[in-house]
Amino acid sequence: MERSKLGLDFEKVGHAKEVSKRIADEVQKFVENYSTVSVERTLCRLLGIDGVDNNEVPLPNVVVDELQEKGVLSEGVMFFLGNAVLETGLNPQEIAEKIAVGELDLTKIPVHSTEEIHKAIQPFVMKSIQVIKDRKAKRDNYIETIGEGPKPYLYVIVATGNIYEDVVQAEAAARQGADIIAVIRTTGQSLLDYVPYGATTEGFGGTVATQENFRIMRTHLDKIGEEEGKYIRLCNYCSGLCMPEIAAMGAIEGLDVMLNDALYGILFRDINMQRTIVDQYFSRLLNGFAGVIINTGEDNYLTTADAFDEAHTVLASDFINEQLALVAGLPEEQMGLGHAFEMEPGLENGFLYELGQAQMIREIFPKAPLKYMPPTKFMTGNVFKGHVQDALFNQISIWTGQGIQLLGMLTEAIHTPFMSDRYLSIENAKYIFNNMKSIGDEMEFKEGGIIRQRAAKVLDDATELVEKIEKEGLFTALEKGIFADIKRPKNGGKGLAGVVEKGSNYFNPFIELLHKK
Amino acid sequence: MSGGLYSTDSNEFDKTLDLTKIKPYGDTMNDGKTQVSFTLPVAKGDEAIEAAKQMMRKMGFENPQVVYVQELMAGFTFFNCYGNCIHTVDFTGITVPKVEATAMDMHETDDFIKENIGRPIRVLGASTGSDAHTVGIDAIMNMKGFAGHYGLERYEMMEALNMGSQVPNEEFIAKAIEFEADVLLVSQTVTQKDVHIKNLVELVELMEAEGLREKVILICGGPRISHELAKELGYDAGFGMNKYADDVASYAAQELSRRINR
Repeated sequence: MERSKLGLDFEKVGHAKEVSKRIADEVQKFVENYSTVSVERTLCRLLGIDGVDNNEVPLPNVVVDELQEKGVLSEGVMFFLGNAVLETGLNPQEIAEKIAVGELDLTKIPVHSTEEIHKAIQPFVMKSIQVIKDRKAKRDNYIETIGEGPKPYLYVIVATGNIYEDVVQAEAAARQGADIIAVIRTTGQSLLDYVPYGATTEGFGGTVATQENFRIMRTHLDKIGEEEGKYIRLCNYCSGLCMPEIAAMGAIEGLDVMLNDALYGILFRDINMQRTIVDQYFSRLLNGFAGVIINTGEDNYLTTADAFDEAHTVLASDFINEQLALVAGLPEEQMGLGHAFEMEPGLENGFLYELGQAQMIREIFPKAPLKYMPPTKFMTGNVFKGHVQDALFNQISIWTGQGIQLLGMLTEAIHTPFMSDRYLSIENAKYIFNNMKSIGDEMEFKEGGIIRQRAAKVLDDATELVEKIEKEGLFTALEKGIFADIKRPKNGGKGLAGVVEKGSNYFNPFIELLHKK
Repeated sequence: MSGGLYSTDSNEFDKTLDLTKIKPYGDTMNDGKTQVSFTLPVAKGDEAIEAAKQMMRKMGFENPQVVYVQELMAGFTFFNCYGNCIHTVDFTGITVPKVEATAMDMHETDDFIKENIGRPIRVLGASTGSDAHTVGIDAIMNMKGFAGHYGLERYEMMEALNMGSQVPNEEFIAKAIEFEADVLLVSQTVTQKDVHIKNLVELVELMEAEGLREKVILICGGPRISHELAKELGYDAGFGMNKYADDVASYAAQELSRRINR
């Protein structure tokens, strides 16, 4: 490890990571015994089931709802679909279509031997794995041949609600130098227990995440990337009640970055913790295998709680999220762990504290493409000051080598960005990143000074917090409101009814295959 | 570009302030100087600049100056412009509906409630409908508050319950009945396609149907909410930008006292 510029106590860091690993292992013991409606729908999608029935219900929902209604979902869709393939000679898509029109009842087919069932479904599983591998190879090839922008990657959002208008906004941003285009989802999609279908032109505060919309944007970004000589990454939201389904859609359609954080869903969307923790494991397996960078949502803690007082909760959550990702085989190089520049601008020496924290997180997670979030809470509508706040944020990012720079917009708190807002924001970042390029190599932090002391304090507090969480267990800690001052009951929130204990016939061959790279 | 930053034109206009005819102020009374920025969906070039100037004239600016031109992508050009506004406004004839309350700080409000109401006020808040943003309701309700203004949870004489975001109107009303709320706070942050208006109106309609509307003080808030808009939609008060928990608390306490003690 490179020498710490902050004099960080790496033994303490190692200890905190060990504690966090034990927290994650404990969670994993629970995860392994359960599946969810969304995990099962994900398996349907991976087996090639797509499309909707006459009532616009997605076919993966048709299949899974049917099994849930009959009380046999605990055996899993792989078992029933494998058995049906064997019996009917149809493929999973054809089987789903027959279920949709009431021509087939999965539970009334004679049950074949486990071995035969596993064998029958295997070709569809392997085909799916190959599709994802090919997608990953396509990205790798782009990066090798046309290249990519330097880190920190410039990340901007588009949020028109209309995928075709998003494409125009994304093109403008990419031409101006953006490296990652995030298509913000329509408000409330995280709470839908299905993924809408087809290209969409209506959304509130964002655009519906659908597989077709993914495809439209990916195709367009590839074209722009080829013209600009730089691979443009596409980001969406693998969170909410359809977390793993969206991971599968992203893996198939070539998304590069996914917001993917169960803790965020529990705290800020009131999604049931058991449901989303199980969902998260399978989604991270998929993201890890597909080479997708995940972003975690710790920055959000600071929009609710105070950024100075609660900085340690961000680090503690990053510690836990790192371990929950490792359990799912997601490499460190794909962990866009989150943190944020959210201190009140009137705070004396606030810049120094932010600098100390950003450097600290950089050193603690040296391989991770850290996701650094811009000021939002104290953006006021004074666009001129806002542009300066964003400039300070950009300075810290280049100074401390952040991975993914969520660009701040001067019109934050006013409206979703205009095309020109995005231009000004990219110009701001490019100016600072170039003008201060090597400042991190040149500067050291004074021993015993404000910056070093700040980093040491946050690490101490975070370590204490993960020790406390280990004693309680993560679920109980969340019930007690350990993050962002928000309390969530283990059996409360949305989506609990979709959790099911695995039965004796349950099998999911993807878990092992996705673990192998 | 025309004119340059420092115009050498003589300033042959009346420089005395007349409140019946006010104009934007740059550095001289009645100069009308205004800055404007916008994007036109055309390629950068002399024609684009001319189009921007004509747009400025149509907006009511004399002597339009395009000081910065940037192509954002093929077919889109961004402009920074200055001009002298030709329009005036009669300031003396303006009336704006305002929330009727004397601003008090937390302790004054607590004392006021003790004296005039004699029991804690129950306040229920949420970001309702599909709106996922908690920033507004948190700023008003959470213990910590915002920008040095303590939130309602910290008030000794308030029982404040924050339901968070994405609360359906029906659920909000059910909770209001269960909680026996005196005051309801509805936060709306997302305003795309006027989704907030639809949602706010729906809440009022549901409350009227339940016979609940007159029994509570109904308040909405958010960056795009004004008191005037709130009244129009059937709310008792609305709080927009730069309003804090103290403003909401002062109003709620005084309004409840007015209703109880009338």
